[in-house]
Parts: sequence; C-alpha cells; structure tokens
Amino acid sequence: MRSTHPRRPRITLDMAMWVFTRVSGAAIVVIALVGFFGAMLMGARTQMDLPTLLRWTFFPNPNHVVNSNIPDVAVGWSGLFWQTLQILIVVFGATHGINGLRAVLEDHFRGPRIQPAIRAVLFVFWLAVMAIAIAVVLAD
Amino acid sequence: MQNLKVIAQGARYRGGNPMWSWLLHRVTGVGMVLFVVAHIAASFLTQRFGSGAGMAINAVYESPAFQLVMYFCVIYHALNGVRVIILDARPSLMRFQHEALWLQWLTFAPIYALAVLLIVLRAMSGE
Ligand code: HEM
Ligand code: HEM
Repeated sequence: MRSTHPRRPRITLDMAMWVFTRVSGAAIVVIALVGFFGAMLMGARTQMDLPTLLRWTFFPNPNHVVNSNIPDVAVGWSGLFWQTLQILIVVFGATHGINGLRAVLEDHFRGPRIQPAIRAVLFVFWLAVMAIAIAVVLAD
Repeated sequence: MQNLKVIAQGARYRGGNPMWSWLLHRVTGVGMVLFVVAHIAASFLTQRFGSGAGMAINAVYESPAFQLVMYFCVIYHALNGVRVIILDARPSLMRFQHEALWLQWLTFAPIYALAVLLIVLRAMSGE
C-alpha cells in the first residue's frame, strides 16, 4: 500500500541537540546539588575550603578531596554511588560540552565539506573523552 | 578575520544585555570544555603512567589567576544556563527577561565574590 500521509518533518541533529542541551544542563545542576548536599551532610563545612567543595560538587571524585581535613576518603567519599554520579555527569557533560563546541565551530566555519569533517572529528573526540574519563573513574 | 567581523557585527547589534549574556555563555562554555578535556587527559596520564604531564597541568590550574577565571566560567555558565532553560521552557515569562537578568547577576555576585575572596586570601597566605 502506498503511504499517503504527508512527509513527517525530519528531526535534524540540531533540533535534537537543542533539546538535549537543555535537558543535560538541568541534569548537571541536579547532580551537582546531590554532590553539594551530600558533601555538606558528610561534614564538608568543617573539613574543606570552598574551591575543594566546588570541585567535588561538579565532579564527586575522591581525588578532589584528598587534600582536605577528611580523615579517610575511603569512608563515604568513594564507592559505587559516587562513581555512578561521576559517570552520569561525564556522559551529560562531555556530550553537552562537545556538542556546544560543534555549534560554535559550525557557526564560524561554514561550507559543504567542512561540516562533515567537524562532525567526524568531534564524534571520535567525544567517544575518546568519555572512554578515558570512565576508565579513570572506575579504576579509582 | 571572519570571526572578528562576526563579533564586531554582534557588538553593534543593539540587543542589549541578552546579547552579551549569550557571548559570555559561549566563551565560558568553550573555556570549560577545554579545561575539562585537558584535566581528564592529565588525570589519565598520571593514573596510568605516573607521567609528569599530569603534574604540569595541575600546576597551571592551581594558580590563583586560573582559578579566578575557572570559577567565573562555572558559576556564570550554570546560572545563565538555568535562566535560558527556564525562559525557553516558559516563553510567556519572556516579558520578565530583564528582571531575570537582574536576578541572575544578583545571585552571581555574592557567590562569585565569596569565591574571589577565598582564593585571594589563600593566595596571600602563601599556601
Ligand atoms: C552547570 C550546568 C549547565 C547548564 C545549566 C548549562 C546550560 C546550557 C544551555 C541552556 C546552553 C544553550 C545556550 C543557547 O542555546 O544559547 C548551553 C550551551 C553550552 N554549554 Fe552549557 N550548561 C551547563 C554546563 C556546561 C558544562 C560543564 C560545559 C563544558 C564542559 C558546558 C559547555 C557548553 C557549551 C560549549 C555550549 C555552547 C555555547 C553556544 O552554542 O553558544 N556547559 N549550556
Ligand atoms: C576523570 C576524573 C578526574 C580526576 C581523576 C580528577 C582529579 C583531580 C586532581 C587529582 C586534582 C588536584 C587536587 C588537588 O590539588 O588537591 C583535581 C583538581 C581539580 N579538578 Fe579534577 N579530576 C577529574 C575530573 C574533573 C572534572 C570533570 C572537573 C570539572 C567539571 C574537575 C574539576 C577540577 C578542578 C576545578 C580542580 C582544581 C582547581 C583547584 O586546584 O582548586 N575535575 N582533579
């Protein structure tokens, strides 16, 4: 049977990423708040300075708080829960950030051949960044 | 050259504050991407190979000047991003866009001021 319905509007990469950028931005804020309040509950107020707290907030990695007054980062400040949050923030953050880089590059360099080249390079770059970051997180 | 022209055109565009917010959002976003990628590469090299490259990058971002820039990028981009998300999700709120910008800077100022104060105090105490 021939399909008679009108052609559906095609969802372009730019449209999908417009939505993703907003969703991931909000997700990063939520994950950061979990890190921040988690740190506060574990005693950050008396154990570390603001730069250390901010580092942990955006990336709850035990290496971010070793140089503070926490008696033992192995207790509470590491483990599966924080590793999961780190991986989530890496996936959201790397995708959001590298897609943002794509938007900026494609705004400045236009042309039929340059765009696929930018996309190919950034795609490989994106996979590599995520793979390396996740490997580091899991090895800790 | 092309880029300079675009910036010059943008600067002439009389969009007022939102246009500068957009440019700053872009600059801070790209700044963070470059830092995070370099930082992830450094932590990988240090962890796997104990290489000095990781330490070299650490030395750069432990400098107070770098921290002042980085904290500006993170705090500004996060707050401005939240404003953009809210206004995109509820276009009817656009009539309050100038109030939203004021609110954003009023939130930004004390947080960043605290960060600046602590970074400067630490730098002066020579730690
Ligand atoms: C803290 C949470 C974050 C929020 C709420 C947020 C929000 C946003 C939003 C709404 C946009 C779209 C702006 C537009 O379309 O005009 C955007 C763009 C961007 N973001 Fe974020 N973001 C966050 C974190 C990050 C991080 C961690 C990075 C870097 C790794 C980053 C890098 C970028 C870049 C490069 C762009 C593209 C800028 C442009 O096209 O002008 N963002 N962000
Ligand atoms: C891949 C996993 C990561 C590892 C293993 C790691 C490890 C480290 C280490 C060892 C330091 C130095 C700590 C010190 O001097 O006390 C550091 C500093 C820092 N990290 Fe990470 N990091 C990672 C990812 C990230 C990410 C994704 C961000 C941001 C979104 C980030 C932001 C920072 C900042 C802002 C600093 C230091 C600035 C300062 O000295 O105050 N890190 N990190």
